Amino acid sequence: MAYVASADSHAHHEPRSFVTRYIWSQDHKVIAIQYSLTAIAVGLVALVLSGLMRIQLGFPDTDIVDASSYYQFMTLHGMIMVIYLLTALFLGGFGNYLIPLMVGARDMVFPYLNMLSYWFYLLSVVVLMASFFVPGGPTGAGWTLYPPQAITGGTPGADWGIITMLVSLAIFIVAATAGGLNYVTTVLQARTRGMTLMRMPLTVWGIFIASIMALLAFPALFVAAVMMILDSLLGTSFFMPAVIAMGQQLPHEGGSPLLFQHLFWFFGHPEVYIVALPAFGLVSDLISTHARKNIFGYHMMVWAIVIIGGLSFFVWAHHMYVSGMNLSFGFFFAISTLIIAVPTAIKVYNWILTLWKGDIHLTVPMLFAIGFILTFVVGGLTGLFLGNVVVDIPLADTYFVVAHFHMVMGVAPILVVFGAIYHWFPKITGRMMNDTLGHLHFWITFLGTYAIYFPMHYLGILGMPRRYYAYEDYEFIPQSAHDLNTFITVMALLVGFAQVLFLWNMFWSALRGREAGPNPWNATSLEWQTPETPPKHGNWGETLPEVYRWAYDYNVPGAPRDFIPQNQPHDEPQPSDPASGHAREKPS
Amino acid sequence: MTLAIILTIIIIASVAFHFLNPWTLTELASNWASMDAMLHISFAVTGLVFVAVSAFMVLAIVRYRHRPGHKAEFSPDNRRLEWWLLGLTTLGIIALLAPGLVVYYDFIRTPEDSMEVEVVGEQWRFSYRYPGEDGTFGTSDVRLVSSDNPLGLDPDDPAGHDDIIVVGGDLRLPVDQPVKVLMRAKDVLHNFFVPQFRAKMDMVPGMVTHFWFTPTSTGEFEVICAQHCGVGHYNMRGSVRVMEPEAFDEWLQAQPTFGDMLAELEDREEEDPQIARGRTIADQEGCFACHSVDGSRRVGPTWLNLYGSEVTLVDDTTVIADEAYIRRSITDPRAELTQGFPPAMPAYDFEDDVMDALVAYIRSLAQDSPDETEETAPDHASPEPDDQALRR
Repeated sequence: MAYVASADSHAHHEPRSFVTRYIWSQDHKVIAIQYSLTAIAVGLVALVLSGLMRIQLGFPDTDIVDASSYYQFMTLHGMIMVIYLLTALFLGGFGNYLIPLMVGARDMVFPYLNMLSYWFYLLSVVVLMASFFVPGGPTGAGWTLYPPQAITGGTPGADWGIITMLVSLAIFIVAATAGGLNYVTTVLQARTRGMTLMRMPLTVWGIFIASIMALLAFPALFVAAVMMILDSLLGTSFFMPAVIAMGQQLPHEGGSPLLFQHLFWFFGHPEVYIVALPAFGLVSDLISTHARKNIFGYHMMVWAIVIIGGLSFFVWAHHMYVSGMNLSFGFFFAISTLIIAVPTAIKVYNWILTLWKGDIHLTVPMLFAIGFILTFVVGGLTGLFLGNVVVDIPLADTYFVVAHFHMVMGVAPILVVFGAIYHWFPKITGRMMNDTLGHLHFWITFLGTYAIYFPMHYLGILGMPRRYYAYEDYEFIPQSAHDLNTFITVMALLVGFAQVLFLWNMFWSALRGREAGPNPWNATSLEWQTPETPPKHGNWGETLPEVYRWAYDYNVPGAPRDFIPQNQPHDEPQPSDPASGHAREKPS
Repeated sequence: MTLAIILTIIIIASVAFHFLNPWTLTELASNWASMDAMLHISFAVTGLVFVAVSAFMVLAIVRYRHRPGHKAEFSPDNRRLEWWLLGLTTLGIIALLAPGLVVYYDFIRTPEDSMEVEVVGEQWRFSYRYPGEDGTFGTSDVRLVSSDNPLGLDPDDPAGHDDIIVVGGDLRLPVDQPVKVLMRAKDVLHNFFVPQFRAKMDMVPGMVTHFWFTPTSTGEFEVICAQHCGVGHYNMRGSVRVMEPEAFDEWLQAQPTFGDMLAELEDREEEDPQIARGRTIADQEGCFACHSVDGSRRVGPTWLNLYGSEVTLVDDTTVIADEAYIRRSITDPRAELTQGFPPAMPAYDFEDDVMDALVAYIRSLAQDSPDETEETAPDHASPEPDDQALRR
């Protein structure tokens, strides 16, 4: 039991000045908001970039974007969305805000390190944005940054852009490591009395495992980034064989482009789950709370998260089936990849079985959760195509892949982000977000993204390659495919503009929204039981809460209300805590 | 209820879309019907799961939506159900994976009787090589690449002398003959993809990769690059012509070998030294990466017959490609951009003598190339009065 007795007596010094309270803050809640707002801001940049790309693809005659810019926008869009938006938002944003509150801690165990984590993150974003202003502009190598192309002349930004990108990534990894150590240590060491691991909400489980994965996976990217910087600046040959680029013999010899791909995807595949697992966790809690029903198969859900996290380190080369690596690898990676589908499917079943016999309140967070399930099901199932090596061979590097990963790790997690913001916003600000705007935002975003990405798969079936600036004069591409591209662009712009609804709702509600009260959703988990809303510095007032039950006591038979908070003792005879009192093994 | 209705429409529309949409597989032109079959199996299995899971969700939303007085049932677990679902999912996965791996086993075993052909990728075009009569490729090294030796063959390796090199042309293959494609790249990653053949593989500099297929229909097919290879990636294309075996043999016989090319080089003696210098400079500066001299289209306009021709610019005006224009295009390439080409060329600031040599070389590539005198081609009277003054 990891209860920290000293936390009770430990005096938390309330920050006094504006600067220490909101700028150089060590309060996890303020840092979470800093992380989130920065991530959303940089995400908006990536959204605008995607709009510009779509204009080129849907209306190629407009000439707004030239080929170099297209590849630069494409690269920055991908990198920002995956790393600087989703990873930062789930771990730095939601992780920071929710972990201490959900496990009953006063703060992260290393508040100063936590502050540093944010400032390193901000620095990495600044360096990344600076790449727009360096000579030659940002790198256009694609977010995978494959060498030799990333550092040879035929790619935009091969001199300065790629260096700023790699340096920015290295700084980001410093931030993610500082944050990750903090989240993991806090979960392991700072849980309040009674908060066993098997009583933690799935949100904490998802972020906890994702943080561990980040600590293990990001070093591979760090190493790859350093090596590529050396190849580019010092002329080493880690990834560079003898090549003749743009007619010039380059002085490299003996390096391996495939080595980079292995390092990149050793990071890159776990990265998918670093984004997905927090989303799994958050959405589980949204579904359970708003369906007023315990999450179905809690133990199975926890183990699925752990197993997915572990297995995801053994599947990376399914991104490399047609890379030219030893073809026999295909057997191993196809098998490991399809095995990972089993625990993932279990999670989907358990979400819909949670809905079954529930009392489903179709609140805005719940709408987003349901939208997530449908989107994730499509994205997950198309993953079975691409994981199965022989189906992947024709589809690799086509729009099928683009559609698949946007659905599974773009749209699906973003829907969870939205749902989670609508859900926790009342705790963060003390005010509710506007319901009408929320509904409108949901319907445009959900239906719009589905209309964008579902048909897009079929362009891939047709064989349309991805990362093309233009598709002029290809005989195998019929006019109807160009028309579909135009349709997708229109939808994409619509969905993009609809996000204004969300931003407006967020800022307006923070100031003028309806007062929320401490627990507007009647939720059980600890963050809704704080003495103040929004929680003050130190979270819990005089004494830490004590936990007596799991986080999913909804509609317990015989209970007076349809939920029992985790910190409510068993003072009256009622069915025992299902997480600890079940007939089978007692969780530790 | 609105949600349930809309979700139902989405499910039905998705399934209908799958069967009705016009964007489907290109007509298969190789032996990989098994890959198509696997695709269809995958659609069938995942389609069923999609409908079952989402329909169940819709049913749950309809039956258990919140109404006054309605309560949820408290049911933390159902081990039996969970194990059943686990088992069924595993079966479904095996149903997809097992046949897939059988097909994959075919894919990684190249048939004994395959003919070999080499594809070499570079920014941004494909070149090809056949092993010649001895059936063996000569050794090659990217360090040996030059404009006279585009694929970097070792001139000292006798096995390479009968190799047949196709630069800037089509890949030709006999129908119904298994082909093992060996692949190299000179500069960055590329990929050789013919959608109708299904199979594809990356080309990786520093190593030789391979895959195999059997073309099963005659005709011409587009080759595209499917691995991001820089700013010209979207325009890196080639063409495969699948022919009757007799026609293929006839064509192959008529091709010059690498040995023939070497011999031809010896003959290039009495050439103007200025032109030769221009060619060397163009080679060293990497001009040929984007400008062909055989009329084929690359990132930039070809130099063949460029001199003296009429060029249409992006703003729809035309200009005669005289010496002054060529000089301006080198020092400030984006000022008068040729229509249909990306603004990819960097500006060069050459010494005067280098520029003279380059211009002389480009001029020599025009068919009605005026000899090295002061006159302009007669039918292209110089539009600029100071044109003469610019020269020398």
